[in-house]
Amino acid sequence: MDGREITADAVIIGAGPVGLFCVFELGLLDIKAHLIDILDKPGGQCAELYPEKPIYDIPGLPVVTGQELTDRLLEQAKPFAPEFHLQQRVETLAPQDDGSFLLVTDIGTRFHAKIVIIAAGGGSFTPKRPPLAGIEAYEATSVFYAVRRIEDFRGRNIVVAGGGDSALDWVLNLQPVANSIKLVHRREKFRAAPDSVNKVMALADAGKINFTLGQVMELHGSGGILEAATIRDNDGVSSRHECDTLLPFFGLTMKLGPVADWGLNLHEDLIPVDTEKFQTSQPGIFAVGDINTYPGKLKLILSGFHEAALMAQEAHRIVYPDKKLTFQYTTSSSSLQKKLGVK
Amino acid sequence: MPKITYIEHNGTEHVVEADAGMTVMETAVKNQIPGIEAECGGACSCATCHVYVEEAWKEATGEPEEMEEDMLDFAFDVRPTSRLSCQIKITGALDGLVVRVPEKQF
Repeated sequence: MDGREITADAVIIGAGPVGLFCVFELGLLDIKAHLIDILDKPGGQCAELYPEKPIYDIPGLPVVTGQELTDRLLEQAKPFAPEFHLQQRVETLAPQDDGSFLLVTDIGTRFHAKIVIIAAGGGSFTPKRPPLAGIEAYEATSVFYAVRRIEDFRGRNIVVAGGGDSALDWVLNLQPVANSIKLVHRREKFRAAPDSVNKVMALADAGKINFTLGQVMELHGSGGILEAATIRDNDGVSSRHECDTLLPFFGLTMKLGPVADWGLNLHEDLIPVDTEKFQTSQPGIFAVGDINTYPGKLKLILSGFHEAALMAQEAHRIVYPDKKLTFQYTTSSSSLQKKLGVK
Repeated sequence: MPKITYIEHNGTEHVVEADAGMTVMETAVKNQIPGIEAECGGACSCATCHVYVEEAWKEATGEPEEMEEDMLDFAFDVRPTSRLSCQIKITGALDGLVVRVPEKQF
């Protein structure tokens, strides 16, 4: 466990486009932000799902890709030096007696924050679970969606399913320790780094791993211990393959995750907020972007930007209760321009 | 207007009128066809609008492009007739199209 203690004005959960713009809006009001995200990079869905796909409805940008938008938002947030805590998921969020909040992530980082902004979009990205009957019973004993310690796989008879970088990387990394590895993928093409593909194919040619064109269709075993998998080849013929471990790599999907356990009012997995402050049922905790709901809500990035600006006003009242807030424009205010580093 | 038939895994049929120019996924979502999730909203980046095109319509709907074929790697129980319904644009030529919804999206 990491166990780091971090004290912050604001903690933003989710470093997608709306979370990034919150940094800017809060920054203009002298509130410094820390961002926590489960992905290994900022950008959220824009960076993970459609980095190269064009977005046409960002005001002032007739066309911009998910990655370009992320890069521009990062640049815009830069003067406010946001601190990123990536590859971490917030597990608990609890109000403290002094009105602040304690957040603890899955690697044990502890954040003490005056305000919390939930900008978690569709929830946290988690590995997809193949819809194989009874797969849950094997999880953490025989079925794994990630490899934490290579040594845990020594001597195992492993089936790796999938054709992306994760599948190939783990075939390469586990091959030296595993007793056997069978890679199961539905076609001869992979969506992975050419170098990894070449290495995996070389291992297959040398007989050090087995590559089977097909799909895993059924699991067999008992008491959480996998004994075999039924693999259907591309001619529709099924066969049983003895194995004790399955590593399925079929990408990521979004799940609400621990947000449901934080004592906030929820409505159909969304967080209801007011449309003045975008505050949740817990004062001091805000929700912006796709994860919130209110009458007329549209899940658009531009709506999230608007919500961020209004949220920041209330955030200022909480973080600086004694300071009066005067509304200013970035075009004309020399104090805002100083903060932005343009003057 | 072209008619599209969606057949659920349990055999339930839904015949709907579609607008040319919309995709098979959009038409399914508009008509609340069960089993088509379309998590990413049509960006060809989630594989949760997976359908099986009836054999007779395979040629008319064409072959998946490379991006769609890549994305099908993330679908479950992929068969030779598998398509992502967000990538099938409806035209007059597809009037009568029949697609089957898989038992489960991922």
